[in-house]
Amino acid sequence: MTFDEAQGYAVLATLAAPLLAMLLLIFVPGANKMAARYVSLFFAAVMLGLSIYIFTAYQVSGPSFAAGEGLQMQLRWDWLENIGIFGKHGISLYLGVDGISATMALLTGIVAFAGTLAAWKLDYRTKDFFILFWMLVGGVYGTFFSLDLFFFFFFYELAVVPLYLLIGVWGSTRKEYGAMKLTLMLVAGSVLMWIAIFAVFREAGAQTFDMPTLWAAGRDGTLSPTFQKTFFPFFVVGCGVLAALWPFHTWSPDGHMAAPTSVSMVHAGVLMKLGAFGIIRLGIQMLPIGAEFWMPSLLVLGTVGALYGATAALTQRDFKLVSGYSSVSHMGYVLMGLATMNSIGVTGAVLQMFSHGVMTALVFLMIGALYDQAHTRDMKDFGGINKVMPLWVVFYALAGLANVGLPGLSGFTAEFHIFVGTFRTYPLFGGIAIFAAALAAAYMLRMFSMVFWGPFNPRWSTLKDLRPVEAIAAGLLLGAILFMGLWWAPFTDRIGATVILLPGVTG
Amino acid sequence: MDQRDYTIFIPEFIAAGSALAIIGLELFFPKIRRDIPAYLTALAALAWGIAGAFYIGKDPNNFQGLVQSDNYTTFFRLLAASIVFVTALMSASYMRERTKTAAEYYGLLLLAGCGLVYMAAARELITAYISLELLSFCLYILVGFLKRDSLSSEASLKYILLGAFSSAMLLYGISIIYGVTNSTGYDQIAVQLAQRSGDTDGAVIVGFVLILAGVGFKVSAAPFHMWAPDAYEGAPLPITGFLSTLSKAAGFALFVRLFTAAFQVDAPEWRWAVAFLAAATMVIGNLIAIQQSSLKRLVAYSSIGQVGYMLVVIAAIGYGDQELGRNASSALLLHIGGYVVSTLALFAALTAYYNRTGKDTIVGLRGLAETQPLLAMVITVSLFSFAGLPFFAGFATKLIMFQSATTDGLLWLVGLAVVNSFISLYYYLMVIRQMYLFEPEGGLTRFRPSPLLGALAGVLMLGVVFIGVYPTALYKAADRATETLYQQAPTGAVQAP
Repeated sequence: MTFDEAQGYAVLATLAAPLLAMLLLIFVPGANKMAARYVSLFFAAVMLGLSIYIFTAYQVSGPSFAAGEGLQMQLRWDWLENIGIFGKHGISLYLGVDGISATMALLTGIVAFAGTLAAWKLDYRTKDFFILFWMLVGGVYGTFFSLDLFFFFFFYELAVVPLYLLIGVWGSTRKEYGAMKLTLMLVAGSVLMWIAIFAVFREAGAQTFDMPTLWAAGRDGTLSPTFQKTFFPFFVVGCGVLAALWPFHTWSPDGHMAAPTSVSMVHAGVLMKLGAFGIIRLGIQMLPIGAEFWMPSLLVLGTVGALYGATAALTQRDFKLVSGYSSVSHMGYVLMGLATMNSIGVTGAVLQMFSHGVMTALVFLMIGALYDQAHTRDMKDFGGINKVMPLWVVFYALAGLANVGLPGLSGFTAEFHIFVGTFRTYPLFGGIAIFAAALAAAYMLRMFSMVFWGPFNPRWSTLKDLRPVEAIAAGLLLGAILFMGLWWAPFTDRIGATVILLPGVTG
Repeated sequence: MDQRDYTIFIPEFIAAGSALAIIGLELFFPKIRRDIPAYLTALAALAWGIAGAFYIGKDPNNFQGLVQSDNYTTFFRLLAASIVFVTALMSASYMRERTKTAAEYYGLLLLAGCGLVYMAAARELITAYISLELLSFCLYILVGFLKRDSLSSEASLKYILLGAFSSAMLLYGISIIYGVTNSTGYDQIAVQLAQRSGDTDGAVIVGFVLILAGVGFKVSAAPFHMWAPDAYEGAPLPITGFLSTLSKAAGFALFVRLFTAAFQVDAPEWRWAVAFLAAATMVIGNLIAIQQSSLKRLVAYSSIGQVGYMLVVIAAIGYGDQELGRNASSALLLHIGGYVVSTLALFAALTAYYNRTGKDTIVGLRGLAETQPLLAMVITVSLFSFAGLPFFAGFATKLIMFQSATTDGLLWLVGLAVVNSFISLYYYLMVIRQMYLFEPEGGLTRFRPSPLLGALAGVLMLGVVFIGVYPTALYKAADRATETLYQQAPTGAVQAP
């Protein structure tokens, strides 16, 4: 076994952990809620540890980097080979990471751990909740790690399946509507991907779902330019639904509003990133000619999304809707960054995926902490909360400032890269993006002034500050925000080294 | 090679012999417990399956060119035995509570299974037709078996009338094809169709379309699906499951053998019709399913939608070459396997639920996740499998089937199928919603399903997950089953009977 393979088992273990947690939880008696929580916490800690290992062990130079063309820690188990339409490596459980997915794995580990803590107090059908929660996390990990198109799609869908029940059973405001809308829109997106996958498999004629093979087919023209231009929109719109690409974002505010805290955290924090990740894997890497043709249109949609999300967030009264629309806005930046197709812009997009992941998770964690006690999320009802929940205000304010892009916090690092990248290729849109960032400052400060300060409403004098579990989860997320804001080299090195290898990305 | 090799019939001798014995059982033991025949039938099906397993991998062998025993036949033989086995167990307590004499019921299950086997094995149109009628007559009686229930009788009557009509069309189609090709053997038809001159185009098209319509009736393809919802609703619950597995599998067993071995040479004359039939079937089935409030009718329309997906493969046989046709056929067999297991799991759970509560509407499932979590889980798993969500059989089998059927001329149809499976997710979620999102009516009293049905549902659910996670074994079997589809029968064996 080579070192690379041995590391591959670390990736496999990370993917297996949530699925194992699911299996184990099935046998935990439903009445024993603490057992379900501790089993979950144990596996969450394992995942966090393994994710940190994967991120740190990823090498940005040296023989191991050169050998895999950026892919490392590869492991392949053949699943269907030489039967029917499938040839060598027809469908294989082919895992591996590059700089982008290593970063995303770290994000997943952090958010899943924080999400477990956030669900600590959840008392209604705890065991069932965690089973579905780990199914969601397993799907997310699987999508980031899969280098086989079949399993990529398998895990992508697996992440969507449990959401309906997670939101429908444990959610709040208009949960049935939100759950149904979210599920149907996301699955409608994967319908498009499904069709395009059939076409790519057939057109490439390689009898395999192996992604590196299909990427090669995209680069060397086996997938003809016309074909690529035809099917690129299928992938981008299909994945874009999940990435809240305007105008397919409408599930996002409703879904976030309805979802329970920890599901919102994983959903906004990680799951939406699957969409952007899919655009990189299936769009840019598999159909580079199509990407070159369509990217200007994606830039326009991303910019509109960034502006629209920020404007809509300005007028909301529900905390979760503010965050929901601000997510649309921030995912708009991600798409803009991808659409620049230069290395700094795309790097910025991936940084933003991480940054938005941790800060949104923190925001939703804080909203949940308040909502559990106050049972309302109408911002007009609040005021002067800093008098009763000072710690809560600190965490929320820092997350909000990261949203705005304050230097020293992760949002600044990410958005700075994106703006520089956009200015290089499309100066006009760079200007619009900065204007949208200014709007972000407006909606965040509006919320701060309405909720944190101002006249204290005595109705809230019974509110208690964060509980220890919540403070630990928040501390972890804040740590990630500060880490990326203050010392971003570990991120930019890994992402940049991978991004420059993407087809069509300029230096 | 012996032209009259009776050994290829041994498994069905066992099945049919036991069927007669079971039917006669109550003559001699009138006081017998009403569920004993069910267990005997399950045993007979087991023996039948074990006998069938000895034929795996044997060289193809045939009986005067009429009936061929090869891996394809064996695949469907094992499938038929499993369906009968599960249905018999499922029916035990259901029929015991509702009828005084049920022995015929179980005998007919076995005979219907034999009908399926010979539809798969037939290499000659008349044999295929007779097998199809054997199956249909068994089903007519089974659907109307609860004769005191007017819905059941009405369903049976509708089914018989429309079935007779479709048989007439099928026979008419067969006779036209016979008129053009001067043969009813598949191989001879293929040879003659390849050699025919252009002036028979009209007759051939009419013949194909009539045959398509006739078999389309049996598998309830739209626009010939009208009987299905009524028959499904009126039939005893286990028979509804039997209808949606056995009769579909049988129709496709016949379709695939006939269209690959005999008709593929003349594909341009019929493939457009199959493509149209597939498109219409999936769209109509899924759109009407949305509006249903009865669970049985919902399943009926959803299974019509499923037939639409399977017909995509028959269309692909017409639009592709032999290699594609074979690959698509083996993927279809894989999908049928997954579909059968999912459907049986669903019906095992529904029967268990119905035996306890007597409810069969969608709203009736309200709060099942609280009152009986296992059954709720089984129902959810099988519905998700139908919708094609990962971890469950439907995802892998459907994806492989559609991928195998993707040709340049058919991408639109495959796309339509994917859109349809998206529509189907909506109405499946409406069922799942009732079970998980609402409190049960009449309090939180838990109930236990009967141990047999609970275990059956659980095992079948594991089967659904197993096929979804590791379809390789079934796919290999399906792949070997299709090896001989395009081969001519061994020369010298093909003779007029």
